[in-house]
Amino acid sequence: METQLKVDLTDFRLETRKWLEENCPMSMRGPVTDAKQLYWGGRKGKFNSEDQKVWFERMLEKKWIVPYWETKYGGGGLSSVQNNILNQEMQRLGCRKPHINFGISMLGPALLKFATEDQKIYYLNQICRGEIRWVQGYSEPNAGSDLANLQTKAEDKGDHFLVTGSKVWTSYGDKGDFIFCLVRTSSESKHTGISFLLIDMSSEGISTRPIKLISGKSPFTETFFDSVKVPKKNLVGTLNDGWTIAKYLLTHERQMIGGIGETEKKMALSEVAIESIGITNGLLSNDSIRSKIANLEMNEKIFELTIQRALDEQKAGNNSGAVSSFFKYYGTELAMQKEELRLEVNGFNSTEWTSEESNNGVYARYFCRSKGHSIEGGTHEVQLNIIAKRVLGLPSK
Amino acid sequence: MSLVINEEQNMLKSSAKELLDLKSPISLMRKLRDENYNQFDSNLWKEMVEMGWTALTIPEKYNGLNFGYVGLGQVLEETGRKLTVSPMISTVLVSTTLISLSKNEVLKSKLFDEIMSGNKLCTLAHEESSHHNRNVDLSIVSKNKEKFILNGKKRFVIDGSISDYLIVSANSEYTGILNLIIVESKSKGITFDNKVHMDSKIYSDISFNNVELSKDHFLSTEEDGQKILEKTFDIACVGLAAEMLGNIQQAFEMTMQYLKEREQFGVKIGSFQALQHRSAIMFGEIELCKSIVLKALQSVDSDSKNLPELASLAKSKLGLTAKLVTNEAVQMHGGIGVTDDADIGFFLKKTRVAQRIFGDSNYHLDRVAKFNNY
Repeated sequence: METQLKVDLTDFRLETRKWLEENCPMSMRGPVTDAKQLYWGGRKGKFNSEDQKVWFERMLEKKWIVPYWETKYGGGGLSSVQNNILNQEMQRLGCRKPHINFGISMLGPALLKFATEDQKIYYLNQICRGEIRWVQGYSEPNAGSDLANLQTKAEDKGDHFLVTGSKVWTSYGDKGDFIFCLVRTSSESKHTGISFLLIDMSSEGISTRPIKLISGKSPFTETFFDSVKVPKKNLVGTLNDGWTIAKYLLTHERQMIGGIGETEKKMALSEVAIESIGITNGLLSNDSIRSKIANLEMNEKIFELTIQRALDEQKAGNNSGAVSSFFKYYGTELAMQKEELRLEVNGFNSTEWTSEESNNGVYARYFCRSKGHSIEGGTHEVQLNIIAKRVLGLPSK
Repeated sequence: MSLVINEEQNMLKSSAKELLDLKSPISLMRKLRDENYNQFDSNLWKEMVEMGWTALTIPEKYNGLNFGYVGLGQVLEETGRKLTVSPMISTVLVSTTLISLSKNEVLKSKLFDEIMSGNKLCTLAHEESSHHNRNVDLSIVSKNKEKFILNGKKRFVIDGSISDYLIVSANSEYTGILNLIIVESKSKGITFDNKVHMDSKIYSDISFNNVELSKDHFLSTEEDGQKILEKTFDIACVGLAAEMLGNIQQAFEMTMQYLKEREQFGVKIGSFQALQHRSAIMFGEIELCKSIVLKALQSVDSDSKNLPELASLAKSKLGLTAKLVTNEAVQMHGGIGVTDDADIGFFLKKTRVAQRIFGDSNYHLDRVAKFNNY
């Protein structure tokens, strides 16, 4: 029985390899160096190249946009072992993901756990076809770290909710089709009066305004709701119990942000340093920078091992104790240290903001953008509070 | 390989904890120190031998348990928690490893028997200056093909004062080749200058003055001396890192306990955010330490080519984290933390010495950079 399984898996690997080699266009292989190289889908989604379209459509036909969801939800129905094999084979060829969507990484897991069967079939199938680009509506002007203080109100009007208020820090809010939103449905208690609503961004009364960051870019918007009608069937989970879903989803978000360094492959800092600073007798010519790089690379390597260990512990049925707050904190901390060190390694070149040689100041802008890592998805301080209280059990008074 | 310990290794760890809870509480370390720095408790050593700890990494061919280094690492983590005073590092981790890499079958069989039975203790005499260095100056001169003479001085020899055998690294005066030679500590011409260090352990400076040797004393051949020494140190770094992981976990847990008990301003001091955040950061660093120690231990057992880099990553990460955690542990204990009555200071002093042994984090980070060509 077990040998049969092994043979099947070997077959699966070989078939997958062959299929990828034949179907993934050459330009869709290799590290992502620019956000434009990713296809975000949705109603307004545009392909940036013919190859990007071909690659998306072929993977769509194969049901491999979300290969590990069940087929009734539009997924590929792969087992976790098969999905690992697919990932490994994609990595081997350097295949890019055919489609990126918060619907896959964030909303999907929450729907799978909390939605009704009808909702799952409707929304998950849409996500697997890349038809809807999802955005997240959590933070508000007065509900940042204190998220449960949110005030955007959803009033029960019989057959619909009437939503009024505003959200802030909506990633790509101007490009989204649907927003998954935390709204206040009761003011009796802070945590138990929150509900989880799905809202069509094309509804009357919704508007967005971009927020310009210190990096000069605007990946976030403010989103305003002015008496927006939302059908009752768009409520996920139980009324007033949205906080449970919110917490679950935040866990996924933290893991995603914590792994931020992996989304874009840049040259190793030590290689950049050799080019920029030079080498004397086989050693980097500046001792101080050399030891900073070694220290950072040590922590990066060991952090990767720690992610692997947490997954292995999970598989073995143990609780590793290393919670998502720790991964969010440490992963972003390392990413930020790296951008800071990149400035030191590159010297004056790294502060260029607009020149063509600097690719429109890419490193300076990465650095500025990285300052948000310790804020979004729960600040460093909030993550440390969670570890202190929930993992270490330190008292509150 | 999955980054978790298996059931057998877990059982070994539990049995080690059980024995040490009973027979080697931290108070035993204090008691031995107060007996004018006693380095050896024969009753405890007997128990450890009976548990099979001296045979853990010895191959079955020599009647050992062949349990591997992940197993040994679990035991060392537990001895680290209890600050156990024993020859585990000198005899079991370092010497047994070095001997098992030797091709001298006659010496191997004899020494393994003596070590497994617990009757003989053995240590490596290698360092010659205040900083770890894998090259040596100590020299041997060959009188003829059979007889040799050893001259020079070794420093900081772990358990030198209680070991029956010394494994000495020395260069041939004419060929410059590094040799590994085993001599009895009581041999003529060997003198000891025993020095107590901060961790209440004795490290010996040993002088060799025209010590006569024969070919039978050689653990290395003309080709493999440096190689055996390098690999021994890599494995020793990993084992010591496992012990340090025990040191810092214990110090951290004792400190968390203290934060939950001690009251000031009418509240538990653990409720202060200034302490909570620093505690959370330590928690994360210790999680990283667990990962690198296990990965490095596994790489010893699988004979991975990545061992040298993983060993250096382990020793540097554990050194740096031990510094962070033991400093915070003493600080968070407040006034009591700097008194000799409290045990927490032992962890500070223990890890400050361990940091130096087999190379500190500066040495190993430098090595990591070199492995990565910068």
